[in-house]
Amino acid sequence: MADAVDVLIVGAGASGAAVAWSLAETRMRIVCLEQGDWMNPLRYPSTGRDWEARAFGDMSISPNRRRRDTDYPVNDANSPIAVANFNAVGGSTILYAGHFPRFHPSDFRVKTLDGVADDWPIDYDTLEPFYAENDRMMGTSGLDGDPAYPPKHAPMPPVPLGKSGQTLAKGFNQLGWHWWPSDTAIATQPYDGRDRCINLGACGSGCAQGAKASTDITYWPHAVRAGVEVRTRCRVREITVNDEGMASGVTYYDEEGVEHFQAAQVVIVACNGVGTPRLLLNSTSGKFPNGLANSSGLVGKNLMFHPYASIQGVFEEPMDGYKGPGVCIWSQEFYETDAERGFVRGYTYEIHRGRGPVATALTGLHSGRIPLGEGHHEAYRRMFNRVTGMVGICEDLPEEHNTVTLDPELEDAHGIPAPKIDYTLSENSRRMLDHAVARGTEVLRAAGAVDIITEAPIAAGGWHLMGTARMGTDPQRSVVNEWGRAHDVRNLFIVDGSIFVTSAGVNPTRTIQALALYVADSMKKRLANLFD
Amino acid sequence: MDSIATDNPFTEEQERALIALAGAIIPANSAYAVPGTDDPLIAADILATAKRHADAVSAALDREDRLAIARHGAKFVDLDAAARQSQIERANQPGSGDDAEDELDRARFRGQRAMLSIIAQCYYRDDRVMRSLDMEPRSPFPEGFEVEEGDWSLLEPVRRRGKVYRDAPR
Ligand SMILES: Cc1cc2nc3c(=O)[nH]c(=O)nc-3n(C[C@H](O)[C@H](O)[C@H](O)COP(=O)(O)OP(=O)(O)OC[C@H]3O[C@@H](n4cnc5c(N)ncnc54)[C@H](O)[C@@H]3O)c2cc1C
Repeated sequence: MADAVDVLIVGAGASGAAVAWSLAETRMRIVCLEQGDWMNPLRYPSTGRDWEARAFGDMSISPNRRRRDTDYPVNDANSPIAVANFNAVGGSTILYAGHFPRFHPSDFRVKTLDGVADDWPIDYDTLEPFYAENDRMMGTSGLDGDPAYPPKHAPMPPVPLGKSGQTLAKGFNQLGWHWWPSDTAIATQPYDGRDRCINLGACGSGCAQGAKASTDITYWPHAVRAGVEVRTRCRVREITVNDEGMASGVTYYDEEGVEHFQAAQVVIVACNGVGTPRLLLNSTSGKFPNGLANSSGLVGKNLMFHPYASIQGVFEEPMDGYKGPGVCIWSQEFYETDAERGFVRGYTYEIHRGRGPVATALTGLHSGRIPLGEGHHEAYRRMFNRVTGMVGICEDLPEEHNTVTLDPELEDAHGIPAPKIDYTLSENSRRMLDHAVARGTEVLRAAGAVDIITEAPIAAGGWHLMGTARMGTDPQRSVVNEWGRAHDVRNLFIVDGSIFVTSAGVNPTRTIQALALYVADSMKKRLANLFD
Repeated sequence: MDSIATDNPFTEEQERALIALAGAIIPANSAYAVPGTDDPLIAADILATAKRHADAVSAALDREDRLAIARHGAKFVDLDAAARQSQIERANQPGSGDDAEDELDRARFRGQRAMLSIIAQCYYRDDRVMRSLDMEPRSPFPEGFEVEEGDWSLLEPVRRRGKVYRDAPR
């Protein structure tokens, strides 16, 4: 048995990195176990001619298609939205687009304001200093003064508008609707040892330039220098407990498949909204027969995804096409609840610049815009570099029947049960998606689009994983307390998107990381009596 | 003679059929000075890529053959160029023939997604095709691309309108 460490973190993604860095200043012995590898940016797809093709293979967003040894399968057959993730140091930030919005004050008070779901036990002001700290560590870019938010500051100027941004901005202006340059986790200037964005256009397969803030190149180098140990290719099977019902450590498999036990005083889970409930549900014992920290029965319930609507326009003028980061501008015209619209809560539009030559062909072929045979080339050229548009990110409300459970048959390479997803789109989400498609079509038409291509929900778009170990003050209605500690196990903490109470209508990672820093700070303030 | 171990999941006939099919899906075009997908360099790329998706590709080829036999009494690879072209282009308007053929067409179109993806991946990274699209035939990294900054004065009306978020109780 290895010596007990003070803090053991499972998962080296967005949240695991942030919590590790923040706790490092305590000089405690901290170890992070990660099933994936350190990535080598020189092998990212944008360094080769097959950069688009690899997004269908070893750098696919779907673990089921990618099938790296470091991946685990996910049974999402019973969901209209498939899970997307990445397993490595950096976690899913290796592939994320780098859209980096904050939640709004109203997002923490949905019950009070709109009578749905639950309020969070914390508010925007609680998280604000941690948002700011995270912005410094990740290196965000943006333009101060967005009227959709309380004042906030980005350390770097925004990504360029480009042709796509200007065209759609004019569409929004014509309708009198809100838009603003997106806050992004992309360096527009040299920052903390990273180089500035050079518009590779392949953010979604890993940034070879190092401009996109994946946590392997932001938090982790600082945390490792401060003494945190990262053990890669270590897949945790279960968290063990002692007779007092406290977490005693974890059982994991190393690269050779050899089983180890690592004892720990504190265990922090950071495996994301699917990986975390999977691990907790697989950690059964006499004291916790239904999974660890699950006396509420809510581990794995209330899965939220953010149903996405894709609304793309074909223009007669050239757009940015394959150039530039996918991030550009956003609109929060339909963010806050308006009962007249027929749904509660709202959504954000995020404008994507364009697509590469292969993606253009496939969009055209699959939507019937580009025929097979003789007409191919002419139709292709009407679309190449001429498609731009947006996605509508709809707030998904928590519903207990949307679940992550353990699959009775499917297993990973180590025989650990795979997660099984059961998810249905709610009527509220359906209406919101329809609204997003209709209004998005208006913007594109106002901007001059001659044809519109839509998909709602985006079937491959389960990239935001939230709600499956929710935070709250009532142990019967939540899994962790208001500072991330499991109600049932006083030395077990959760810091990833699982602890979200509601999902808001924005990408989650900036809030996931702010929460991880807040939980770390809460721990540091209570070190003398952490387990009381 | 002992058989030689091979990692090629396709028979020679399947390989010919795959190239014939690809060539009919994206034919050469002199107006744009581009080769078709049956060009030897592109075809080799397609064959290498298709091996990693052998099941889907074999299934798609089988469906083409069933359709060709139903219509012309011959496998797809044995049809003349015009017949191949017309079979492929039929998929642009599924629902135009008799019921049995329509069903086969629809199944075929679904099965083709994997194949179309392989064909598009290989075709649209060929130097000649990229040049015809005014792209430099190179990887995005390390040179990157230029994106214009744009006109930030477009934000004026948004600034004038002011705050659009709701306050919330603490
Ligand atoms: C294609 C794509 C695009 C995205 N775009 C955006 C965006 O633009 N903006 C945004 O805000 N968010 C985006 N996201 C989501 C974002 O990446 C996640 O919200 C974020 O990474 C979640 O952080 P996390 O720490 O909860 O989990 P992750 O970053 O997923 O990290 C979890 C880590 O835990 C490890 N792990 C899991 N189980 C085990 C185990 N049993 N043992 C050992 N290790 C384990 C995994 O290998 C992984 O590395 C995107 C995601 C994807 C896939």
